Amino acid sequence: MRPKAGDRHRQGQSGPAGGKAAPPRPAKAVSKKRDEDASTEAGGGADEWAAAKSLVKPIDQLELTEAELKEEFTCILKANNPHAPQNIIRYSFKERAYKSVSHVDQMAIHFSLNGNLILKDSDEGRRQGVKVSPAAEKAPVETSAVISEEAEIKDEGSKGDTQAAGQEETEVSGTAEVSEEAEKEEPSPIKPKEQKFANQFNFTERASTTQNNPMREAACQPESAPFKNFSVTVNQWNIYDAYVEELKRIEKAKEKEKPRPQTARQEEERKKGRKLTTLESQQGINKISKAAKITERMVNQNIFDDIAEDFKYFEDESDEFRGQQGTLLPLWKFQCDKTKKLAVTAISWNPKYKDLIAVGYGSYDFVKQGHGMLLLYSLKNPSFPEYVFSSESGIMCVDFHNDYPYLLAVGFYDGNVAIYNLKKATSQPSYKSSANSGKHMEPVWQVKWQNNGVYNNLNFFSVSSDGRIVSWTLMKNELVHTDVIKLSVEGTTVQWQEGLQLQMLGCGTSFDFHKKIDYLFLVGTEEGKIYKCSKYYSSQFLDVFEAHHMAVDSVRWNPYHLKVFISCSSDWTVKIWDHTIKTPMFVYDLSCAVADVAWSPYSSTVFAAVTTDGKAHVFDLSVNKYEALCTQLVVAKKKNKITHIQFNPVYPVIVVGDEQGHVISLKLSPNLRKVPKGKKGQEVKKGPEVEIAKLEKILNLVREPESKAEE
Amino acid sequence: MADTGEGKKEEADYKRLHNFPLIRHTDMPEEMRVEAMELCVTACEKYTTNNESAAKMIKEMMDKKFGSSWHVVIGESFGLEVTHEVKSLLYMFFGGSLAVCVWKCS
Repeated sequence: MRPKAGDRHRQGQSGPAGGKAAPPRPAKAVSKKRDEDASTEAGGGADEWAAAKSLVKPIDQLELTEAELKEEFTCILKANNPHAPQNIIRYSFKERAYKSVSHVDQMAIHFSLNGNLILKDSDEGRRQGVKVSPAAEKAPVETSAVISEEAEIKDEGSKGDTQAAGQEETEVSGTAEVSEEAEKEEPSPIKPKEQKFANQFNFTERASTTQNNPMREAACQPESAPFKNFSVTVNQWNIYDAYVEELKRIEKAKEKEKPRPQTARQEEERKKGRKLTTLESQQGINKISKAAKITERMVNQNIFDDIAEDFKYFEDESDEFRGQQGTLLPLWKFQCDKTKKLAVTAISWNPKYKDLIAVGYGSYDFVKQGHGMLLLYSLKNPSFPEYVFSSESGIMCVDFHNDYPYLLAVGFYDGNVAIYNLKKATSQPSYKSSANSGKHMEPVWQVKWQNNGVYNNLNFFSVSSDGRIVSWTLMKNELVHTDVIKLSVEGTTVQWQEGLQLQMLGCGTSFDFHKKIDYLFLVGTEEGKIYKCSKYYSSQFLDVFEAHHMAVDSVRWNPYHLKVFISCSSDWTVKIWDHTIKTPMFVYDLSCAVADVAWSPYSSTVFAAVTTDGKAHVFDLSVNKYEALCTQLVVAKKKNKITHIQFNPVYPVIVVGDEQGHVISLKLSPNLRKVPKGKKGQEVKKGPEVEIAKLEKILNLVREPESKAEE
Repeated sequence: MADTGEGKKEEADYKRLHNFPLIRHTDMPEEMRVEAMELCVTACEKYTTNNESAAKMIKEMMDKKFGSSWHVVIGESFGLEVTHEVKSLLYMFFGGSLAVCVWKCS
């Protein structure tokens, strides 16, 4: 626009005369001035000029005289481009001279637009037509020769793309023509729809509406509660009668309760008791758990009233007539559904609570190995255990700690050992060994607590068929094991490859620690040998006893006498030894494999043994050295073998476990509990010294002839 | 005279003896029954002279605890025929001479 403006200015300056002549004849002045202006402005400009009648005199207008002003100048419109050079001199190589170019190009390009339409018949057009599907024809090429009123204006795009005519310099007529052409183009582009490109001017509408789910009515009305009719008449006498009846009923109930409680209520309470022990997690029940426990015990006492009386007071008077024989009076039988298929593998009395028994359940069957259980029964409640722990592997042995009666050491069939803490409510052991921490490879047959070590850590020993006796110490909440001794069988070093010597290990089945001499202990093995070992010597035994022909099932030191111990074995014998002498003091053949033997805690000469045919034998050396005082069938013979026996430390009761998971308690009759009678007037000495002396006397009788025999 | 004296004594006696709450008929669940009974006893003891206030108290408490709407009748001599929601009826004696009937029916 600038050059145009400048033109106008120049025109204005060069033609001041024309300017002055403008007011009288404004139309003609316009035509003179505007030889290059746009036609659009012509019409509009004329109006403007026509409106403005006032003379506007530019400051630098030439001052001319009237006559000069009236002079008419003729101007001729020429088709010359004022910008075009008038004489162009070019050097002509042909003539070797400068020559003026004859014809100077007068074309002025005001607007050029590169289009992208190609002539259909041209090479390029045909080529593209082949590419595109034949149906789709390109938009027809239109020649838009915009003919403007001014001759010198030409649209360079003679094949211009009218669609792209959205430029500022478009003329009005151009736009009019453009729209015409656009309209013409529209019908044709409908065919090749794929070729269409969206733009501001040519677009299609597309709409979509989501599907709304149809509406549905839903209504609901809760069912009203069911109703019932009730009718009653009440008067004073009704009330009175009712109360009297009620009182009578209560009286009757009270009377009945004294001798025997009503069975219906019993069942209910027993059931309640059982449920309560398992549902202790429920909130409301927790509050009465203690009361329920006491109630349960009361109920049990009521049920087993006669047994409780026998336990406390019954003394079999017929013993006086039986001479030296005694009897075992069966008392409670502890059994639980969960342990029906399991055998009793271990029994241990709690050192503090004399009525608490820990019973370990597992299986002796090598083939059938299932889970294990640890139940703690109280004599006060024979119908349900106080504590129940279950484990994956069968439990083989159980031992209470002497000082901490809530700690139980347990040995498993899979070789692990664990410590259970009764104070904690969980059913899992507090500490358990694992394959990492050196568990045994074979079942652990026995565990025994020891006194606390130097650092006051709890520790216990375990013996297993893998031939190792291991001491486990509880250090920093972990069980750490130390091999105390390996039961190497003498004379059985096997030569392995490359000169390696392998020591065959014996299988330990039982052990016992001396009561006074802390480091001394005995180990019974499957080969029938008993080793006397010391905690301080880990490679050698102090002594070996060729005890039995078959596996030693149990070894026990005498609780009073320092030198005597007893052993029992599956070779049908029970032998009593003095550990300084290689041969047994007493040998008892019980005609059936002896499963377990135990010394009585109240007398140094009384011990009991159980055999697999279901019999319990009680011996008292001070009364009869060769025969049992009592041989009694405790458990039904068929399908049931007794597995363990334990004396109660306080009461004259023994507890026997069998393979069906039953634990039977028996009371020893007076004959079996004889205490040496002192002479009249003399104080009967009581205490361990007496016991020791008693046993010593007996042993001497046996020993001397033997030592004589040896000599 | 002695007889009547004794008779009077008996009367006084039985009032004392029969003071405890005696449930005659109920089909409420255990919890609800216990609560309702306690409530009745409390109310009757509080309003010994005024049955209406006692009944009012019982009804309001039951409504609050167990939902609407409860009905309560307290008296010494009456006949009754009601339709009640199942598991929501309590009929009991108290204090030797009072009968209380509580039921729910919306």
